[in-house]
Amino acid sequence: MQYMCLIYSAEGSGPQPGTEEFNRYMQAYFAFTGRMKDEGKFIAGDALQPVATATTVLVRGGKAETMDGPFAETKEQLGGYYLLDCKNLDDAIACAAMIPTAEHGRVEVRPVMIFD
Amino acid sequence: MAGEPPDIRPDKETASLAGDAVEAVIRSQWGRILASLTKTFNDFQLAEDALQDAVESALIHWRRNGLPRTPAAWLIQTARRKAIDRLRRKTNFRSREAEITRLIELDADDNDRERLAMNESAIPDHRLEMIFTCCHPALEEKSRLALTLRTLGGLTTEEIARAFLDRREAMAARLTRARKKIALAGIPYEIPDSTQLPERLNSVLSVIYLIFNEGYLASAGDSPIRSELTDEAIRLSRLVVRLMPEETEAAGLLALLMLHNARKPARTDTDGHIVPLEEQDRQSWDQADIAEGTAILKQALARGRVGAYQLQAAISACHCEAPSWSETDWAQILALYDLLEAVMPNPVVRLNRLLALAQLRGPEEALQGMDALAGTLEAYQPFHAARADLLARTGQTDEARKAYAAAIALSTTPAERAFLETRLARLSTG
Repeated sequence: MQYMCLIYSAEGSGPQPGTEEFNRYMQAYFAFTGRMKDEGKFIAGDALQPVATATTVLVRGGKAETMDGPFAETKEQLGGYYLLDCKNLDDAIACAAMIPTAEHGRVEVRPVMIFD
Repeated sequence: MAGEPPDIRPDKETASLAGDAVEAVIRSQWGRILASLTKTFNDFQLAEDALQDAVESALIHWRRNGLPRTPAAWLIQTARRKAIDRLRRKTNFRSREAEITRLIELDADDNDRERLAMNESAIPDHRLEMIFTCCHPALEEKSRLALTLRTLGGLTTEEIARAFLDRREAMAARLTRARKKIALAGIPYEIPDSTQLPERLNSVLSVIYLIFNEGYLASAGDSPIRSELTDEAIRLSRLVVRLMPEETEAAGLLALLMLHNARKPARTDTDGHIVPLEEQDRQSWDQADIAEGTAILKQALARGRVGAYQLQAAISACHCEAPSWSETDWAQILALYDLLEAVMPNPVVRLNRLLALAQLRGPEEALQGMDALAGTLEAYQPFHAARADLLARTGQTDEARKAYAAAIALSTTPAERAFLETRLARLSTG
């Protein structure tokens, strides 16, 4: 089954760039991605630019409206994702728990919908 | 979307020999049959629906032809065929074609049929896997309780709804939603691996404990004790101990439930009012339950892996062994609470530790300790009730009155309210 792991955290929380801690944090991400690839679970995964770069688009009455900022103003923002192919939810939970941001933020695990 | 089928139970008037036999098989074998079917179909809702269909046919066939030699095997086989029919009727049946073929082959497998017919104990026991599925932390807590009772306890949706004071339709919708999440989110029908097992076993034990408490403390409703829930919790707890004999905390939970259950006859008076431990008639405690609970606890403790359930059972055992409230070994109980607070540092444990302390060293020190808990336990009825009792003992009648009033305002059952009002009245006259 495919699971989308959505990675949320408060921007500015967690290890800050330029610190030794941040290097370890990034190494942990590389290691996690490598492991998922080795285990054949990795489908896709990316980090997102900060929420200050977000633009929200909606179409009403056939007209596109564009707004600055994210859809929802919450403390914890979507900062990245992994799309993983896992055996079942327990497997996906075990993988999500290895995502470094889970230690200060949270990871939402959602199964990908299959149309049949 | 598959709806919840009606519970198949013969009503009193049509109850016949066959009806009773179906009922008996359902009660004793439901969990095992449903777990086995779910494992075969890899589809919880389909297993539940197909088993309901099979039970419906059983009522007709058994009434006409008498009981088959092995009713459980008959139900399993019939349910498999019903599942094939259900899969064929689905709009997306083409995508399930491989599944249908597999089930037809399984059905044609004569060896399998003979094996089942010869010996019902040959039905593979997948109940442990199902307990972990039903108690999965990805499900809402109340759904875990309901699903466990429905799947492994063999309670009907109607009975579960009644136990939780819900409407039947709401409970049915809850169960369907939970099974749907299991299917869509890919919650497996498996025993978790060793890295996940401790956390997940905890979830299983806590579901059983909550079921017991729902029956024992009955947070709402007119009847202060609902035996169908306490009995089911003990049955489930026994099952987990039998399936996981190495787990000392599983044994600790069973011991705890037995020791609580032993005091059940004394917990309410003939009018249904709650009788506090202090005033209970210890002669009416169930000695067989106490003996069994204590023996299970001793075996578990001897393995040297102490945990929160074993410690709570040990505290309960101290109460069960004491000839009276005043002759209780409070020093031992306080020592056990110290250990419990170390493994389970929550405010309710702290509160109970302070109450043991009050018995050992008087109410003043305990009241001081309770001040620190006032914030976190502000909405916890037993906190105010206990505080009121201690204040009364120190002669601070006005403060005690206020605390009783706070406790009464937080009561959720008539029995609780009546009990506290009696205490408050006693305060005014005494």
